[in-house]
Amino acid sequence: MTTFVAITVSGLALGAVYFLIAAGLSLIYGLMGVLNFAHGAFLTLGGYAGWAVAQQLTAARGGAGFLLTAGAAALAGAAVAAATELLLIRPLYGRQIAQILVTIGLDLALVGLLLGAFGSNSRAIGVPAWVTGVTAIGGVRIPDGDFVAFGAGLAVLGALTWFLRRTRYGIIIRAGAENRDMVRALGVDVGRAFTLVFTVGGAAAGLAGLLNSVVFSGALVDPTQGDQLLIFAFIVVVIGGLGSIAGSALAAVVVGLVQVYVGFYAGGGAGLAQLGNVSVVLVLAVVLLVRPRGLLGGST
Amino acid sequence: MTGLTGGSRLPEAVLTRLTGQRQTVTGRPGWRRVAAPLVVLAIFALLPFAGFAVPWVLPGPVDVVNSAGTLEVLGLGFVFASVALGFDVLFGFTGLLSFGQVLYFAAGAYVLDIALSVWHWALLPALAVTAAAGLALALVLGALCLRVRGIAFAMVTLAFAQAGYYLIEDNPHGLTGGDTGLVMAAGRLPPQLVGVASTRNLYWLALVFLVAVYAVTWLATESVTGRVWLAIRESERRAEVLGLRPFGFRLASFVFSSLLATAGGMVYLLLVGTAAPASVASTTVTISVLVMVVLGGVGTRWGAVAGAIVYVYLQQYLLKIAAEPSFGSLPAPLRVPLSQPDFLLGVIFVLFVLFVPGGIAGLAGRVRLRREGR
Repeated sequence: MTTFVAITVSGLALGAVYFLIAAGLSLIYGLMGVLNFAHGAFLTLGGYAGWAVAQQLTAARGGAGFLLTAGAAALAGAAVAAATELLLIRPLYGRQIAQILVTIGLDLALVGLLLGAFGSNSRAIGVPAWVTGVTAIGGVRIPDGDFVAFGAGLAVLGALTWFLRRTRYGIIIRAGAENRDMVRALGVDVGRAFTLVFTVGGAAAGLAGLLNSVVFSGALVDPTQGDQLLIFAFIVVVIGGLGSIAGSALAAVVVGLVQVYVGFYAGGGAGLAQLGNVSVVLVLAVVLLVRPRGLLGGST
Repeated sequence: MTGLTGGSRLPEAVLTRLTGQRQTVTGRPGWRRVAAPLVVLAIFALLPFAGFAVPWVLPGPVDVVNSAGTLEVLGLGFVFASVALGFDVLFGFTGLLSFGQVLYFAAGAYVLDIALSVWHWALLPALAVTAAAGLALALVLGALCLRVRGIAFAMVTLAFAQAGYYLIEDNPHGLTGGDTGLVMAAGRLPPQLVGVASTRNLYWLALVFLVAVYAVTWLATESVTGRVWLAIRESERRAEVLGLRPFGFRLASFVFSSLLATAGGMVYLLLVGTAAPASVASTTVTISVLVMVVLGGVGTRWGAVAGAIVYVYLQQYLLKIAAEPSFGSLPAPLRVPLSQPDFLLGVIFVLFVLFVPGGIAGLAGRVRLRREGR
């Protein structure tokens, strides 16, 4: 029973990381119809930005230090994403396949650059003890990192929901996802909303990259980490329904839980370590067969 | 290939309406259209006899044209050109963007490898069973994936390919060799394909394979079925209104393309002698093939071939350049990015997408038009 609780918390934390990635992907797709393959590189860049800042903070590894590290990761993701939208996506408006292709090329180039700069060996991110420790609650030992990841996921979900419902730009983004041409015809500059969506998505991705490294990869970051994670985020987005934030959140939790449950209970014994990953693909296949537009997707 | 249209050939008028354009070839006179590819083919076929040195440009470690290194790189280029042709049929001719082509490539390499090396079969039955396995896999997964469209289709194909990758990594029953891969047992292969002297035979094998794939692809895309593929690419709704059932045609395109990938995987295994997940089953292979087709020019057939050969050549050549001793003396801001073929290929690809939408084939077409003074 205690194992089950610990695994469930771990699955929820994994789901939170997936949600952070999928939220950006889903927003970008919903508004612009672009599937952003460079999101994987944004994740990895977030991890390396966190690593670089943590290097400077070795003296003060207190509570505030990790917030700085996380902030740097989010900032790096946001900056690269904004630059991507302005320099590469903007010239290709209206050509969706070309936009997808350009993000694929960018991902290739960025990962290559990171490989050149840091080599294929991992770097250890310096994190304070309260992130890497373990807390016992009623006899269940749960890694503190799980709480950090889950808390971050909840916070971003709350912030995004508020942003989309209550702010002017949030309303423009939702309207644009509904009918881009109508919003443009009403005299609203949709281009700025595009840049904003990319920036917000990039920030969440940068943060997710760091959290994934810290919580699930032993505080290590390597150049291809983001791309491996990205495939699961794609699956989450499709299961949840392209363009739906709530759908992404729901699907992220489902995928995270399925992955750890199957991985632990079915994969551990049979020596099939990857069974958890395979099961996620099967969930995707079943969802698409029964409900091609995803759990909470609109009728497109 | 008329079975899917109810046994009768579609009249030209319907076909024209289907694709919205007449498939007429303008420009060069007929004999030049045939002569140029034949000359290129003859040069490639005679390359193993070229025992002279050419400085600077060769991808192999030795600056001799018929050195083993250079022939191996070109042979690999021919294999990927065949896979790229298959991908072009699916993406360029039918408009289906799949991110799972690597699965069928991996099936070709791994099933053949397992049949030869674990079960110790002879080559011919092993080839036949591998082809049958690839066909079955493509039929089942194709029918499943084609239930969804657009981005969802791309994602489902990606997900299945990834599942295949994980299974191979997991090394079930010790079949696949896991992370390190499975080395092909050469025991029952014909002697011409084994050993040091086999390099040129394998090179010719890859070249003959590419020519065969090109011919089959040409026949398929110029057939009635091929016209319907184009029609589906332009507008599936219109094809449906004209009384065709697109699903069968989309599945045919998917299976055709996947079978070429499976065949490519088999030739790859014979050429390289080992199947490893990172180079045979990972999604990066799908991305490479996509990059090849876009670099070469989508929907042009020869563009896919040119793109693949250029891509494989550049990847090896850039690695070789980066290993030169003089390269190490460059300042770090130049050396670090230039030492990564992936970085350079990514940048080239981005520039092509932004500024050369037609790829190499499009560039060639533009040059030709300008020379003819139009």
